[in-house]
Amino acid sequence: MSLNANIPQGPLAEKWSKHKFNLKLVNPANKRKYNVIVVGTGLAGASAAASLAELGYNVTAFCFQDSPRRAHSIAAQGGINAAKNYQNDGDSVYRLFYDTIKGGDYRAREANVHRLAENSVNIIDQCVAQGVPFAREYGGLLDNRSFGGAQVSRTFYARGQTGQQLLLGAYSALNRQINLGKVKMYTRHEMLDVVMIDGHAKGIVTRNLVTGAIDTHAAHAVLLCTGGYGNVFYLSTNAIGSNVTAAWRAHKRGAYFANPCYTQIHPTCIPVTGDHQSKLTLMSESLRNDGRVWAPKTVEIAKKLRNKEITASQVKEEDRDYFLERKYPSFGNLVPRDVASRNAKDMADEGRGVGTSGFAVYLDFADAISRMGEDTVRAKYGNLFDMYYQITDENPYKQPMRIYPAVHYTMGGLWVDYNLSTNVPGLYALGECNFSDHGANRLGASALMQGLSDGYFVIPYTLGDYLATIGPKPVDKNHPAFAQTKQDVLDNVNKLLSLKGNKTVVEYHRELGHIMWEYCGMARSKEGLTKAKAMIKELKADFWKNAVVVGENEELNLSLERAGRVADFIELGELMVTDALMRNESCGGHFRIESQTEEGEALRDDENYAFVAAWEFKGENQEEELHKEELVFENVKLTQRSYK
Amino acid sequence: MSHENMNLTLKVWRQKNTQTPGKFVTYKAEGISPDMSFLEMLDVVNESLIKKQEDPIHFDHDCREGICGSCSLYINGRPHGPKRAITTCQLHMRSFNDGDTVTIEPWRSAAFPVIKDLATDRSAFDRIQQAGGFISVNTGGVPDANSTPIPKVVADEAFNSATCIGCGACVAACKNASAMLFTSAKITQLGLLPQGQPERWSRVQAMVKQMDKEGFGNCTNTGACEAECPKEITLMNISRMNNDFFSAKLFREEHTHDHSGNG
Repeated sequence: MSLNANIPQGPLAEKWSKHKFNLKLVNPANKRKYNVIVVGTGLAGASAAASLAELGYNVTAFCFQDSPRRAHSIAAQGGINAAKNYQNDGDSVYRLFYDTIKGGDYRAREANVHRLAENSVNIIDQCVAQGVPFAREYGGLLDNRSFGGAQVSRTFYARGQTGQQLLLGAYSALNRQINLGKVKMYTRHEMLDVVMIDGHAKGIVTRNLVTGAIDTHAAHAVLLCTGGYGNVFYLSTNAIGSNVTAAWRAHKRGAYFANPCYTQIHPTCIPVTGDHQSKLTLMSESLRNDGRVWAPKTVEIAKKLRNKEITASQVKEEDRDYFLERKYPSFGNLVPRDVASRNAKDMADEGRGVGTSGFAVYLDFADAISRMGEDTVRAKYGNLFDMYYQITDENPYKQPMRIYPAVHYTMGGLWVDYNLSTNVPGLYALGECNFSDHGANRLGASALMQGLSDGYFVIPYTLGDYLATIGPKPVDKNHPAFAQTKQDVLDNVNKLLSLKGNKTVVEYHRELGHIMWEYCGMARSKEGLTKAKAMIKELKADFWKNAVVVGENEELNLSLERAGRVADFIELGELMVTDALMRNESCGGHFRIESQTEEGEALRDDENYAFVAAWEFKGENQEEELHKEELVFENVKLTQRSYK
Repeated sequence: MSHENMNLTLKVWRQKNTQTPGKFVTYKAEGISPDMSFLEMLDVVNESLIKKQEDPIHFDHDCREGICGSCSLYINGRPHGPKRAITTCQLHMRSFNDGDTVTIEPWRSAAFPVIKDLATDRSAFDRIQQAGGFISVNTGGVPDANSTPIPKVVADEAFNSATCIGCGACVAACKNASAMLFTSAKITQLGLLPQGQPERWSRVQAMVKQMDKEGFGNCTNTGACEAECPKEITLMNISRMNNDFFSAKLFREEHTHDHSGNG
């Protein structure tokens, strides 16, 4: 199958406008003859479901949580970027485009990223109209702050709960359409397969998580808005339920998986305390606006700190190394996430890490508190400080925070073209579920932007073109593909339920996480990745022999749910390692130790690797096949990223 | 880090499904680190149950950082446990002592039927929001975000109401199982903002009507909801809602319309 990204011709700034004009339209009276399935109700899913229903399509939406409002977009803290230039500080659509392309280390499509920057301004307008209470200044206008990887203030925010407020906005738009009968909402339903007819996606199979009922649902198109796969690392900032299952099952039905090895390790998370830990908590990147990152200058001082012989505030100014400010004077503490994370890791590797484990550095607000006063700091970051205090039992107003990188976001995902269509006609992927806009590293405050751009302002246009092409003829639910796919799902469920070994699926998950973090985390090597691949294969075989799953299908069964998700994570883990092994260059969050500059920065190889790696599933236990989409840069010049 | 590992006795509500009566079952939670969250402690218990091929304790949870509103649990007679202004997932075991007996129950309200063990059906909350918890704007064609300045104090006040996570602690805490704190938070958020004015009177009537239909009780100003709300939503919201509700009834009947969006 050819890999055509369907990028429109013409100058960059005109591509999207022209494309919107060239797309086919479905006439208003015909829209109600089409059914669209939306899986997932985070920012991308809720905004898509609401917007499509407003246009007149019949939408059926699904989420595995007990309410659409609980999707993990809710947990995003810092903010959402938009090229409004309200601050008069030199921002523009082109600058947001440029920062995002550069921040992604030149591994994203120019056309997609420019469209994202164009849509960013509409998103803010839309959210304000819905009643999203963004932060405001005393004059009543919207406030902005700056975020990593940018030198302008373009981030809109709602205290440290921006994701919550944006999601509740999209949820309210969704609720309005549910009330109008245009969206049928299924909660506590998990998608377990895609139904394919003549090469097109025509429906899905779901499991009702309360009753265990396995059902089929037919539609003219299926939109996967199911988020990222960071939980492949077991410990991440994702919610416990976040999983790759919907995307992975679609992958196994033919949808290509792109750049799976591009994962974002966020620099400022609360460090791990022990084996019991079930998840990691992010401390918003916005903290780096006022907090200063440092580690002790010497291993000796670090040792004393680790043994609690001295406290952080007792370390003299001249014994502190503000390593980001030292190495990157122009961006300082606001370097992009991948750069900040790698530098923190270097500190720990050199023995200069702090905390009991030595896997932490400091994020210090003492200067900010003396400059602005504690009250101002509290007003800006109070909820984050409280969260830190709750978890660590340490007061960050008195002691610097201890932070360490943690898995936070996955730039890879299902391959989509410019229209957000996967290579499977009728199957679309939106938001973090797709691979499209962030290249090899996502800038802060861009995930919310992308989710809402895809849902509010891209899919309502591009989906119509496909629907107009296939026509409104109802999907035949009696087609044998529905019964067959349902049977496949049942077989898989029964296979999982038959596992009566002695190791829990959580234990397998934790083991997978250790492998991924160790060999496919912040630094990767050929040797380590090769080893990891063998280990994952072994883990998979062991899982299907020795795992234990309890209970039955016809009930709420957390053991069964988790088992299916972990089984998929194990398979994905192997593909991530394969992808990381293939990409013998460093770029963004993917750091191959074989490919670095003299100063230890990521060294890209544009000659050989300026492409999107899209992987095709070839059958159980077969090597996946690589398809390449060459990235063409007509507007930006590829340079070594510098934040110095 | 604060002290040594603990051993606890748990009395947990177990119920197979909505139809089957439930009962308390006693479990031992051993070697619990004070750094664990409460849910991580339950994870430990569940892992040992699964190892014995027994059914784990079911409870709702997801983000584990206090924002998704999934987790619930009545712990020793209080929603979200003994500490103020946090959710169960933010409660750490350092709040307990070695040898403690901890009683864990689901939310108790006829409007939140138990699905299994500690997991309840809170879809009534969604239906209240669907009845009117929105501003009727379609995607696109909206004015520039800065075209309507909103005083910072008003925006901040609206934000305070908007922080509701829909967990249901207010209902669980209330002796009348009233959902008025939850319902009023959305009504207040949208009612304070200029964007929310066109539907202010119809919204309050539609949402209150749905709230009553779901079988939630009435407010008698006890204030348990406010005391137990993990996001510290105040009773002022209920006052505002009542005010709007009576204004709508007495003076604004002509401005209200059927909130189906067709009006």
